[in-house]
Amino acid sequence: MRGFRVELQQLSKRFGQVEALRELSLDIRPGELVALLGPSGCGKTTALLLISGIYRPSAGRILFDNRPVEHLHPKDRDIGMVFQSYALYPHMTLRENIAFPLRLKRLGAKEVRERVERVATLLGIAELLERRPAEVSGGQQQRAALARALVKEPGLLLLDEPLSNLDARVRLQARTEIRRLQLQLGVTTILVTHDQAEALAMADRIAVLAGGRLQQYDVPEALYRRPANTFVAHFIGDPPMNLYRGQFTPEGLVGEVRWPLPSGGRPPFLGEGFLGIRPEDLTVVPAEAPEGIRGRVLLREALGREVLLTLALEGGGQVRALVPGGAPYRPGDVVGVRYAIEALHFFDPEGRRVGNGDAPVRGT
Amino acid sequence: MMPRTRFWPLLAFGLFVLSLPLLAGYLWLLVSAFSFQVHGLKPMGGLTLEHWRFLLEPIGQRPPIGRVLLNSFVYALGVAFLVVLASSMAAYALSRLAFRGRGFYLGLVLVLHAFPAVSLLIGIFYVLQLLGLFDTLAGVILVQASLFLPLGIWLMKGFFDAIPWDLERAALVDGASRWIFFLRIALPLVRPGLFALGTFVFIAAWGEFILPYTLIVSSRAWTLALYLQSLLGAVDLADYGLVAAVGLFYLLPVLVLFLVGQRFLLTIYGGGVKG
Repeated sequence: MRGFRVELQQLSKRFGQVEALRELSLDIRPGELVALLGPSGCGKTTALLLISGIYRPSAGRILFDNRPVEHLHPKDRDIGMVFQSYALYPHMTLRENIAFPLRLKRLGAKEVRERVERVATLLGIAELLERRPAEVSGGQQQRAALARALVKEPGLLLLDEPLSNLDARVRLQARTEIRRLQLQLGVTTILVTHDQAEALAMADRIAVLAGGRLQQYDVPEALYRRPANTFVAHFIGDPPMNLYRGQFTPEGLVGEVRWPLPSGGRPPFLGEGFLGIRPEDLTVVPAEAPEGIRGRVLLREALGREVLLTLALEGGGQVRALVPGGAPYRPGDVVGVRYAIEALHFFDPEGRRVGNGDAPVRGT
Repeated sequence: MMPRTRFWPLLAFGLFVLSLPLLAGYLWLLVSAFSFQVHGLKPMGGLTLEHWRFLLEPIGQRPPIGRVLLNSFVYALGVAFLVVLASSMAAYALSRLAFRGRGFYLGLVLVLHAFPAVSLLIGIFYVLQLLGLFDTLAGVILVQASLFLPLGIWLMKGFFDAIPWDLERAALVDGASRWIFFLRIALPLVRPGLFALGTFVFIAAWGEFILPYTLIVSSRAWTLALYLQSLLGAVDLADYGLVAAVGLFYLLPVLVLFLVGQRFLLTIYGGGVKG
């Protein structure tokens, strides 16, 4: 199986007055797994349905291996697709479901049987082929749907929230398995999801969408360390980045919070803008430490390995900080907060990132 | 499920009393069909199979019963088949395809459903006359089927509406055309609806009287309803024993079908699809 190179050029889709997708341009390398990530209504499913050929674009082009396909019927695009609901045909057995695309290609009975059994074995559902979808578990249905999508050996695999109907434990396992299979087969894959953990874990690159527009298209680490705008900054990362609006002065930010820069640091620009810092890039220290800012612990949430503290800052406003599990701080305690200048993200008044510096992977 | 309350016997008794007049009618039919004479519901002069002679020999100038029975089956089956075929296709289109005037058409179908068929009789008479279909079974079948179509289309549309869009999208990606999706995925999925509609229409057409009565003149195209009517409105004095026997005979297929098909009919009246 060899994956397509997929190019989207200024792809747009309107439904009446609603612009569901605005000028989406993406370049996806052969064999790459790209996630379309965004909140519901961001246009990611619309994009997938455009690529599959179920919707016609209002404008723009779709190229598979430099070949324009936007005028092609879905059946002529050589794609496989897995739906959130799996969309298995309820009146057919799993075997008939998986064989359906091959039957429509009018392949011989022997070849159909061999290919169905090969892909079913690959996905570990060979024993279930005579059952109907309602007679197998959710995870098995999901595999059957994947088998049906892969049996044609498509050049492009489209996954529409394929994991969101699975329970948490099976989901983690399915995530790993889909990725392993995708790497093994080398099929170019587009994954639509609203779950950033899923996107970060599975994708080579992630396209973050909001309001029908592409916000950023990059590898997971870059999205995390160099978010292109305040939307991505807030959307990627859990718990989300602390973001404050205010005026930058040579000493730091003055606004919802007073946020001085560590000594020697200067903001990249002065005037209005946003300051962001990730909870995991903050270091909480006992209050007597001289540097940084001071706050009082409002809330302590144990997350297992780590503890999430919500602090009320001395100058007003709140900040969330992620500290190691053993941290002794209790609600009511007064603490100091330290951070490195590299950990700060600066955004202009429109929310665009300023400065190209990398934020460190992990706080000091 | 029956509510298992302590009022249950009371409820059953109440329903029984309410149904009594109807039950008496059926009882009369049963008793009369096998008795020489009846006074009220009481058989007089013993039991007999004499009234069932119509099964063996033609009554007066009337066609043999086999012919009439066949006509009735052709009529009811033909109407049911046409209605199921046409309404499933029309309903799929109305449910799934976007085309100009779809909303208007849906509204129109609904209005037609509310239209009393009898008011169309004269017009239909002219149209059939023009097409050379007057006084033929085929003609009445067409008319009867088209009168059931609004109901059939709306009913089937409900069933098609319940099929998730994702199934259709999956089929398109799998390489199916809309037509293949309709035949291989949608139709099997709405099968309960097809059976329900078919059974319902068959029973309704089997019992239909006014259309065949108006549009069929010659006795070779008679259905059982017309045969029965001819016995009632005969120039000679009506033979009520014979009428009862034919009536009972007329009832039997419907009774059988209802026993077999009530599962399907419940999906219409209950309005739900159970997979």
